[in-house]
Amino acid sequence: MKQMMMKTTATAALCLAAGGALAQEVTLTIESWRSEDQAIWDDTLIPAFEESHPDINLDFQPTAPTEYNAALNARLEGGTAGDLITCRSFDGSLPLYDRGQLADISDLEGLSNFPDFAKAAWSTDDGQNTFCVPMASVIHGFIYNADAFEELGLEEPGTVEEFFEVLEAIQEDGTYIPLAMGSADQWEAATMAYTNIGPTYWKGEEGRQALIDGDAAFTDEEFVAPYEQMARWTDYMGSAYQAQSYSDSQNLFTLGRAAIYPAGSWEITGFTDQAFFEMGAFPPPVAAEGDTCYISDHTDIGIGMNANTDHPEAARAFLEWVASAEFAELYTNALPGFFSLSNAEFEVDNPLAQEFISFREECESTVRVASQILSRGEPNTWNTMWVNSANVLNDSMTPEEATADLQQGLSSWYEPQQD
Amino acid sequence: MTEIVSEASGHSKTKRRRRKTGGISHIVVFLAPAVLIYSIFSIYPLIESLRLSLFDGQSDGSSVWIGLGNYDRLLFDANWAVRFWNALWNNLILFFIHMIVQNPLGLLLAALLSLAPRFGGTYRTLIFVPTLLSVVIVGFVWELILSPLWGVAEGLMSGVGLGWLYAPWLGLESSALTAVSLISVWQYVGIPMMLIYAALLSVPDELLDAARVDGLSGWAIFWKVKLPLILPTLGIVAILTYIGNFTSAFDLIYSIQGVLGPPDYSTDIMGTLMFRTFFGQQTQIGDIYMGATVASMMFFIILIGVTIYLVGVQRRLTRYEM
Repeated sequence: MKQMMMKTTATAALCLAAGGALAQEVTLTIESWRSEDQAIWDDTLIPAFEESHPDINLDFQPTAPTEYNAALNARLEGGTAGDLITCRSFDGSLPLYDRGQLADISDLEGLSNFPDFAKAAWSTDDGQNTFCVPMASVIHGFIYNADAFEELGLEEPGTVEEFFEVLEAIQEDGTYIPLAMGSADQWEAATMAYTNIGPTYWKGEEGRQALIDGDAAFTDEEFVAPYEQMARWTDYMGSAYQAQSYSDSQNLFTLGRAAIYPAGSWEITGFTDQAFFEMGAFPPPVAAEGDTCYISDHTDIGIGMNANTDHPEAARAFLEWVASAEFAELYTNALPGFFSLSNAEFEVDNPLAQEFISFREECESTVRVASQILSRGEPNTWNTMWVNSANVLNDSMTPEEATADLQQGLSSWYEPQQD
Repeated sequence: MTEIVSEASGHSKTKRRRRKTGGISHIVVFLAPAVLIYSIFSIYPLIESLRLSLFDGQSDGSSVWIGLGNYDRLLFDANWAVRFWNALWNNLILFFIHMIVQNPLGLLLAALLSLAPRFGGTYRTLIFVPTLLSVVIVGFVWELILSPLWGVAEGLMSGVGLGWLYAPWLGLESSALTAVSLISVWQYVGIPMMLIYAALLSVPDELLDAARVDGLSGWAIFWKVKLPLILPTLGIVAILTYIGNFTSAFDLIYSIQGVLGPPDYSTDIMGTLMFRTFFGQQTQIGDIYMGATVASMMFFIILIGVTIYLVGVQRRLTRYEM
């Protein structure tokens, strides 16, 4: 069956290749989970690329984010995947490279425009081979309704205690829901709560590396404390947050009904379009005045090429362009909130995006704690983190139970954590 | 069901004549399309899936025979077993809720409709329409109705003085599965209703007239004449509910709650467990071998249930020729 399918695709590919050769033009298909970027690709990025490469056409073909991994895997297995493949970071793409489905692009010239930490997200564990060009990272923090803050005479909180004072003041006033966050979809609880405020406690890369090396455990104080803070959030999250979905939270905030939104910078585009009030942003609050702040500056999106593409030359030409300063500037300004990882210097226009990018100067950067190595086994640490973080918010697990469960799951398959 | 019985007896003579003239080639020709399509799209994938469950993948993409190793992991590895038994238990609760709510409700509606066929047409259509809607629409509409932020549920309930009863049901561990089950009941109650309605209509008037002459009340006629006659249909409805609970309940849960069965796996059923194991979920890479194992377990569970029904229940049902 599989062989038959391969034969059919091979024949189809041959026909396509023949057609392309005649016309001297190739069309490359881009696989992506960013369906909301369709307009940006069609109106800005693709025309810019095709201008300098008239013989290469691009076709941006996104799949819904929740289905992307499954659909892409199936298409790669079946030989029907696109030529260019948008890569999730770390273990989201590494298996594709290991199976020979993503091509090795370590010798791409443009890669020298990126710092090592950016390339690490799309390289083998030893750093020898790179298989995707880093496109952008997303930064976590809190977006707030600046008009509401002004109205209530509040200021950006710097410490955790100040943060709760602000929440308390908004609660007392009663006009706004203090915190726009729900637990129904679970992933916000892990992404925008736990790994947003957590790095401050576990000192970013230091804590993450300690977990990977087996020197720290989830049951340690620095991993329990963020959950303790989250448990305190629930008093300020609105009455029925258990059934509040991600889009509910977004709408609550942009409609001006909630004051603070635990955010990822990817929200900037949508919020700038929809919110009718001034917005500001602050990084995760620290324990005490003067402490170093840490942000989750997550290498989120890269792009590589299908190892079985019929047009490797054209695909490489495109990847070189993605690695260029031109793309970095175009992309970051077309999609404020997705910050290019390139070393190239460029201007960011969006004021909210400027605030987020300024966190990089004040704070230490780290990636999401479970994204590298720690989610390679079963049970998957990142999935467990979704469920347990939502459980802490729903009060069905204590911070201690949530972390004990994470640790139990991790140590069941991860050797450095078994003692 | 009863129609088939009567038809078979009525046309047996003509059938015998046809068989003589047609020969075996007719049977082959008429059966071939169904057998072919069913084999390619149903039996072959089933066998392939059963085969896959006996293998394990290597990092280079090849697979290796491990016998019942995957089943051993699924049933006895603490991390897998807790998910498996939880999903199975949730499936059984789902089945139970459908059996005590959907099917009696279907029977009640069918009985009411058969009493008043003149006005029944409109209601019959209205009740059946949700069955034809896409689960995505049903899921989305109910999510909106029940939403604590924009939903009408709380307002409507407050309007009749029941506002204090409202809770964000879909988000609470204690009520999420019941809420999803009831949404599914709302959508699919039309199917048992139609099946039972058809069975009720085929009960011959002579029998009912005779019962009336014997002095039975309407209530007694229903319990003593109609119900025993439609019992085989109720059996079919029960077994369809059992199977649907493993196969189609997934769609609704996937569209309303997502593939992790939130909150805290309280709406996680065999279907969602199979889906995320097979296809993966975020950073969890899909594992077709374990996925096939979960799918095979579903197959065995359905097989056991259907066998129990066929051997233990259906044979004991008395069929009346009408």
